[in-house]
Amino acid sequence: MPDALDFEQPLLELETRLATLQAQEDSPRLREEITKLEERLERQRQKTYASLTPWQRTQLARHPKRPHARDYIRVLFDDFIELHGDRLYGDDAAIVSGLARFEGQGVVVIGHQKGRDTREKIARNFGMPHPEGYRKALRLMQLAEKFGKPVLTFIDTPGAYPGLGAEERGQAEAIARNLREMAGLRTPIVAVVTGEGGSGGALAIGMGNRVLMLEYAIYSVISPEGCAAILWGDAARAPDAAESMKITAPDLVRLGVIDAIVPEPVGGAHRDWDGAAAHLRAALRSHLGDLASKSGDALVAERYEKFRRMGAFEEASRPRAGL
Amino acid sequence: MAWFKRKTDGSEGKASRVHIAEGLWIKCDSCKEIIYRAEVERAGRVCPKCNYPFRISARERITLLADPGSYEERDTTLETTDPLAFKDTKKYRDRVRAAMQKTRADEAVVCGLARIGGLPAVLCVFEFGFLGGSMGSVVGEKLTRAIELAIDKHVPVVIVSASGGARMQEGILSLMQMAKTSAALQRLGERRLPYVSVLTDPTTGGVTASFAMLGDVIMAEPRALIGFAGPRVIAETIRQPLPEGFQRSEFLLEHGQLDLIVDRRDLKETLRRILAFFADQPSQPG
Ligand SMILES: [Zn+2]
Repeated sequence: MPDALDFEQPLLELETRLATLQAQEDSPRLREEITKLEERLERQRQKTYASLTPWQRTQLARHPKRPHARDYIRVLFDDFIELHGDRLYGDDAAIVSGLARFEGQGVVVIGHQKGRDTREKIARNFGMPHPEGYRKALRLMQLAEKFGKPVLTFIDTPGAYPGLGAEERGQAEAIARNLREMAGLRTPIVAVVTGEGGSGGALAIGMGNRVLMLEYAIYSVISPEGCAAILWGDAARAPDAAESMKITAPDLVRLGVIDAIVPEPVGGAHRDWDGAAAHLRAALRSHLGDLASKSGDALVAERYEKFRRMGAFEEASRPRAGL
Repeated sequence: MAWFKRKTDGSEGKASRVHIAEGLWIKCDSCKEIIYRAEVERAGRVCPKCNYPFRISARERITLLADPGSYEERDTTLETTDPLAFKDTKKYRDRVRAAMQKTRADEAVVCGLARIGGLPAVLCVFEFGFLGGSMGSVVGEKLTRAIELAIDKHVPVVIVSASGGARMQEGILSLMQMAKTSAALQRLGERRLPYVSVLTDPTTGGVTASFAMLGDVIMAEPRALIGFAGPRVIAETIRQPLPEGFQRSEFLLEHGQLDLIVDRRDLKETLRRILAFFADQPSQPG
């Protein structure tokens, strides 16, 4: 297992031993030993993945071998036609978008796209969009609305890019506009956090009628490193910040921010892309099916109520302070 | 570059903070002039030498903008529940209570109904002194209720922002306030009710990336820091010095991100004229 994370090391050792045994000449005793080792590996796997810390989940969400938007698009959709550009300034490769068919039905797909090797990572800007990416996404959402197609979004970004050009060309405005326009979009939107849900850069394509999260994905207002730097002046305390911020899928169900968790294969999506895609396919089919018969008015009203409810506060009978 | 030059550059870059010492005289952090305090107060806390607008509280801002006696504050009864049971050196609820005592505001935004030059509007003003004007659940809820009130009363909305962005102690719920407030503004727009966004020093992060940049008209005070990412984060990311005046109001105006920059002393009259335009009222006050 290349690129093993630290907590995956014990599993890696067992797997290596198993492979060595399997390479040996077959014998009844060897077969018995292999069975034992396989059982042990399975137990260890279950144990490891049943008790992941928020930081370990963060590492899985960022795993270099984790499937990205284009990997899901390849497996889940037929006849994908990528559409480029915001028609204003440029084409942002950190967001991939286009027309596709999901089980025969036409859909518009939008996702953050990270790179796999160094060259692609740089070309994709590590999945951190500029304003052009968000404006391209909005253009495609409006195209979907115009022709009555549902919108599917795949969220996987460290965040919107903090750079000179991004600020000059209105990063904040691009994100803000997407939020407002998604709120009023008269077609179904299903958003899935597949990896890292990095703050406003994630939310900018995330205001779905349904918001789903892969089992080991994370979704947060600031990266654990950024939070740790602010709280303790030490980015190395990111594991503590990951704990404090409640960024895991089960946390987000409890906080009422996401609707459902899409299970991942044991060991995480990076160990079994097809398995991960199969779970995602089932979830998309079910949620798109629920939304298919709803009118534009109903979709907008439901989306409003959904986000309207988010937040936690209590209301006293008397003013607390005031002018 | 000499050592003293570097020091000067550093404080000029942060021209936003002005230390107003007790006494008759104060020093402007922007131009370093020593100024007579009463002169500054008379000018709405603007430096008479360099026109630098000092940071002011929500209370002072409301006095500046709302007609005397017209402000009816709303929704002062909401309090955070510390939904994440946030682990920090200090309890989140204690931080909130300390901020209340310090600012005498119940949260980082004050919302209510006002008359501005005789014209009715919902007026929401951020209190930067309250945890950096950060937006948690209460701020998001108060703004959303205020926008819904405007829809109900059929009046325009004015929001004066001064905020570092999302409130980290409320994690993802704080992020979701961006969605909630933007959705409320979408509804306001559907009803053809105007929204004027006033950006003051500083307006950054999740506040800029939601309601603050959604105004039908967006105006800013001079030299305010306005941006998505903070300048420190950008400098660390791109590993090069930031250009002169980067992320200041004038820079945003030049890059087409703002409608206009307005001197604080003209702010109320400018708001009145804009509200009068949308209300189809005569251009001169009654
Ligand atoms: Zn001055």
